[in-house]
Amino acid sequence: MSAQQIRELIAQHARLSVNANELGEDADLYSAGLTSLTTVNLMLALEDHFNVEFTDKMLGRKTFGSIRLLSEAIQELVAA
Amino acid sequence: MPKPLRIAEISPMLDFLALTDRVHAIGREIIAQYADEVDRNARFPSESLEALKAEKLLTAYVPIELGGMGLDISQLSKICEILGQYCASTAMIFAMHQIQVGCIVHHALGADFFANYARDMVKHQYLLASATTELGIGGDVRSSICAVKIDGELFTLDKQAPVISYGAMADAILVTCRQSEAAAKSDQVQVLVRRDDLTLTQLAGWDTLGFRGTCSCGFSLVSKGRVEQILPGPYAAIHSKTMHPFAHIVWGSLWLGIASDALGRARIAVRAEARKNPGVVPISGTRLAEADIVLFTMRSGLQSVLADYHRLLDANNQDAFSSFGFAIRVNNLKISSSNLVIDIVSRAMLICGIAGYKNDSKLSLGRHLRDAFGASLMVNNDRILGQNATMQIGQRD
Repeated sequence: MSAQQIRELIAQHARLSVNANELGEDADLYSAGLTSLTTVNLMLALEDHFNVEFTDKMLGRKTFGSIRLLSEAIQELVAA
Repeated sequence: MPKPLRIAEISPMLDFLALTDRVHAIGREIIAQYADEVDRNARFPSESLEALKAEKLLTAYVPIELGGMGLDISQLSKICEILGQYCASTAMIFAMHQIQVGCIVHHALGADFFANYARDMVKHQYLLASATTELGIGGDVRSSICAVKIDGELFTLDKQAPVISYGAMADAILVTCRQSEAAAKSDQVQVLVRRDDLTLTQLAGWDTLGFRGTCSCGFSLVSKGRVEQILPGPYAAIHSKTMHPFAHIVWGSLWLGIASDALGRARIAVRAEARKNPGVVPISGTRLAEADIVLFTMRSGLQSVLADYHRLLDANNQDAFSSFGFAIRVNNLKISSSNLVIDIVSRAMLICGIAGYKNDSKLSLGRHLRDAFGASLMVNNDRILGQNATMQIGQRD
C-alpha cells in the first residue's frame, strides 16, 4: 500500500507531535507520539480509506509501529 | 484469644492467614486509634506507617530472594482491604506505595541498581511516592511536559506536580517524564529520585473532604540523580502491565475495606435494634441484607480482575496487557468500585441513622462517606469512561 497515503492519514488522524510528512517509513510512530488511544482514530481512518478491517491482535506496535509495518499489514488484509 | 504472632515468627513458611490476623491486630490496636485524629487534622498517619514498617509490610511485594515477603497481588489486595477497614488514608498511602514497588519489581529488578535498591527497601522500609500528574497536562498520566535531562552518567529532572501524595514524607518519588527534551509527550520513562537528591516547594495544600491523611499537596519538584535510576524500558509498558492494573486493584481493595467497615457498623446498629424486639427482624436488617448484596457485587468485580491479572502475569505476554479488552476491564473495576463504595456507605448511613450521621458516635460514618467520594475523583471517572468509549470503538473480537 502506498506509504504516502498512509503518511497523509497519519498526519490527519494520529495527533503526532511531529510533522508526519517528515517521517521515514521505518520511523517509530510510538516515539513520535502515537498512543494506544490515538491508534483508534488512525485505525478507523485506515480502515475507511483502504476498505479493510483490522483484527484485535493487530492493534499494537507490531502493526502500528511504523509506516512500513502498516503498509505490509494493509497489503495482507487487502489480499486476504 | 491467643495473641497473633509477629510476622518475623511466622516466616519462613509464611502463613497468610496468620499474617492477615496480625494486620487486623495492628489495625485495631494502632491504626484505628489514630484514624479520627489523622482525619480531623489532615496529618500524615505516622504511627500507622511506623507499625507497618516494623512488620516489614512495605516490602510485602518484594520477592523473597531479595528479602521481601514475596506476596502476590491477591494477597496484597487483601492487606489493602484490611487496612481500609481501619483508616482509609493509611490504606491509600500503603496502596500507592505498593504500586511503585510493583513497578520496580515487575520492570527493574534485572538492573543491578534496582535489585540493590529493593534490598535497601527491605532493610530500611523506604516509603515510595509517585509524581505522575503534571500542571498543564492534567490527569493524563500517559503524557508529560517535563523531561529527564541526561548529561553523561547524571540527570536532572524538574516537574510541576499538582498532587504528590505524601510527597513530603516519602524516601523516594517515582516521577514520569519524557525520555528526553526532544521526545514526544507520550514517549515517557519513569525515574526514581531519592529524598536527598530532590527539593520540593509546596504549590498547593491538601484540605479536602476525605483521604485527608494522605497529605497530597502540590509541589514543584527539582531533582537530580544517576541515569541508572531510570527504570528500564518505556513507561508505556510499565503503565499497561503494572501501574494501571495494579493501581485500580489496590485502590478497589481499600475502597472495599471502607465499604465493609461501613456495613460492619450498620450490622452493630441492626443487632441493637433486634435486641429491643426479640423475635422481630427489624426493617434495617432487610436493608443490611440488601446492602450486603452490593458489597458482594463490589467484591466480585475485584475478584474477576484479580483472576484476569494473575492469568496475564503468569503468561507474561506484553501484548495481552496492552490489549483494549484488559484495559477496559481494569477501568470497569475502577468506575464500578468507586461508585459502589458511595452506594454502600450511603446504605449503611440509613441503617445506622443518627448514630451514623453523628461525628462523635461509635457508629459514625462521616469519615467513610467523605473518603468514599474521593474514589471517583482520583483519576476522574469521566476521563476513564472517555477512554473506555474510545477503546470500545477500537476493540475487536
